[in-house]
Amino acid sequence: MTGTVDIKKEAAPHRERAAGPWIEGWRSFRKNKVSLVGAGIVLFFIFLALVGPWIAPQGINEQDLAKRLLAPSSEHWFGTDDFGRDILSRIIHGARVSLWVGFFSVILSIVVGSFLGIIAGYYGKWVDMIISRIFDIMLAFPSILLAIAVVAVLGPSLQNALIAIAIINIPNFGRLIRSKVLSVKEEEYIVAAKAIGMHDARILFAHILPNSMTPIIVQGTLAIATAIIEAAALGFLGLGAQAPTPEWGKMLADARKFLLNAPWTMIFPGLAIMLTVLGFNLMGDGLRDALDPKMKS
Amino acid sequence: MERLNMRKKLLEIKGLQTTFFTDDGQIPAVDNIDFSVYEGEIVGIVGESGSGKSVTSLSIMGLIPSPPGKITGGEILLDGKNIAAYTDKQMQKVRGKDVAMIFQEPMTSLNPLFTIGDQLKEAILIHSPKWSKKEALARAVEIMKLVGLPRAEALLKDYPHQLSGGMRQRVMIAMALLCNPKVLIADEPTTALDVTIQAQILQLMKDLNHRLNTAVLLITHDLGVVAETCERVIVMYAGQIVEEAPIAEIFAEPKHPYTQGLIKSVPDMRYKKDNLYSIPGTVPKPGSIKVGCRFAARCEYAMERCTQETPPLYEAGEQHKSRCFLQDEQEVKQRVERFIES
Repeated sequence: MTGTVDIKKEAAPHRERAAGPWIEGWRSFRKNKVSLVGAGIVLFFIFLALVGPWIAPQGINEQDLAKRLLAPSSEHWFGTDDFGRDILSRIIHGARVSLWVGFFSVILSIVVGSFLGIIAGYYGKWVDMIISRIFDIMLAFPSILLAIAVVAVLGPSLQNALIAIAIINIPNFGRLIRSKVLSVKEEEYIVAAKAIGMHDARILFAHILPNSMTPIIVQGTLAIATAIIEAAALGFLGLGAQAPTPEWGKMLADARKFLLNAPWTMIFPGLAIMLTVLGFNLMGDGLRDALDPKMKS
Repeated sequence: MERLNMRKKLLEIKGLQTTFFTDDGQIPAVDNIDFSVYEGEIVGIVGESGSGKSVTSLSIMGLIPSPPGKITGGEILLDGKNIAAYTDKQMQKVRGKDVAMIFQEPMTSLNPLFTIGDQLKEAILIHSPKWSKKEALARAVEIMKLVGLPRAEALLKDYPHQLSGGMRQRVMIAMALLCNPKVLIADEPTTALDVTIQAQILQLMKDLNHRLNTAVLLITHDLGVVAETCERVIVMYAGQIVEEAPIAEIFAEPKHPYTQGLIKSVPDMRYKKDNLYSIPGTVPKPGSIKVGCRFAARCEYAMERCTQETPPLYEAGEQHKSRCFLQDEQEVKQRVERFIES
């Protein structure tokens, strides 16, 4: 049976390289050290968000008025705030709040934005007209102003801040996926899919959508960073998380009064926001390099 | 010729007209064409770019991008049913099942995100939703072996980018044949391939035509491809059929000056020539010539009449048609007389 052996030999190097597009993407992502650092930071905060309650030295509301505004020490690494609460513990708990807002607002806007964008891009004509004009109108407002308006209607709470952030991001994703769909729908494999008798819904969601996802993944990662900042901004303005939720932006706002005599109350929440946003941005850049075919060639 | 008449007419195109509505006006890319494809035969459609051959194939598939394109007249009869009048929903059931199509670019005709197995399986389940995934995969392997793909089982797990162009084109052919279509439309299936692979793919299509009795409508700009594969040829020019003839006749006795020019343009390997022949000028924009023969401006035999009247398709023999006044016997006679006089 020398014949079979030959075939195997020929096939061996070929099979080794068998990898789906996602694995290929990970391979090129791995080469970018800076974005690996970004991904590390993101993973670190995700870890904090997941196990925060078990590793935080204190609960979020454990007050000790005798220990108000203490400077960082071995007992309280990041110092204490004006209620004598441990800032480190509140930041660890806050990771969950910020990431939750970041992830879910972005997922919500991706789902709604992609759906609208893909329909606008695929069907074109008046459908595209209506959806695109709505996006244009939404983009005409400064995003934070629009978010404030939405929260003003819904009432200030963390959940409504999340919804507001999701809404202001919808047109960004919608337009992004619409433009991608416009090019993907002209691809020959889409015509080929039609030629074997596939129906519209299947072509849209099983073929066009996956092939339009890469810019969404990149933009999504970057948008999480923006969403975290926007949530912090809304928290800072008193329109997002309400006391005593340990939201980083809210902590910044509360600490404003003590900026001169207890700067740590402001520095550490600020640092936490900065680091998370930096992590997501670095990771997003790396993903863009890894997944965007234009950068590859 | 006798043989053709005995066979069943599978696909009949009657007065098909496909128009593109653009900002520059209406462009009749395919203008009133008639032809038939009989059971089990291979018919070639030849023409330069812009002659309307691809638009013809897309019209049959009901895949004309709309807007701006639209079938504005005529009938496409598949087994006697006019599929040009079908709704998109009805067409979905026809595509892939009764008429299948393979495309020019095998490199881009497969979805890069899914494995070959997934795509073949999906194509089967569209038309046979009751099949289990296992049955569908078994059928996929069976058809892959039929189109000569080695290691079919292993290939199922491969992604399109791991295959060569020739293999991808075989996968495309396999996908087109999954549901045993009656007619297979091949739009320049070998243009993007190496010459050696080209010959293999053409041989494969001939074999499959022979074995499965699938009628093939082969669209190409390459007369060599036609000579190798087809039984009958339709030559298109500027949206019209200018000549239709059995394969032997078209090379031996091309009637239309355009066909003659095309044949002369094929480089002959046996002789070294300093200048290759080419037909002067370019294909006119469809719809730009309202009256007269569309080839007149490039034709070496052009007469006054050619720019004043539109030539019909003359019978130039059994199974042979030519859209040229030269075919008009009277005209020929007059010429002969004039020739004798002078």
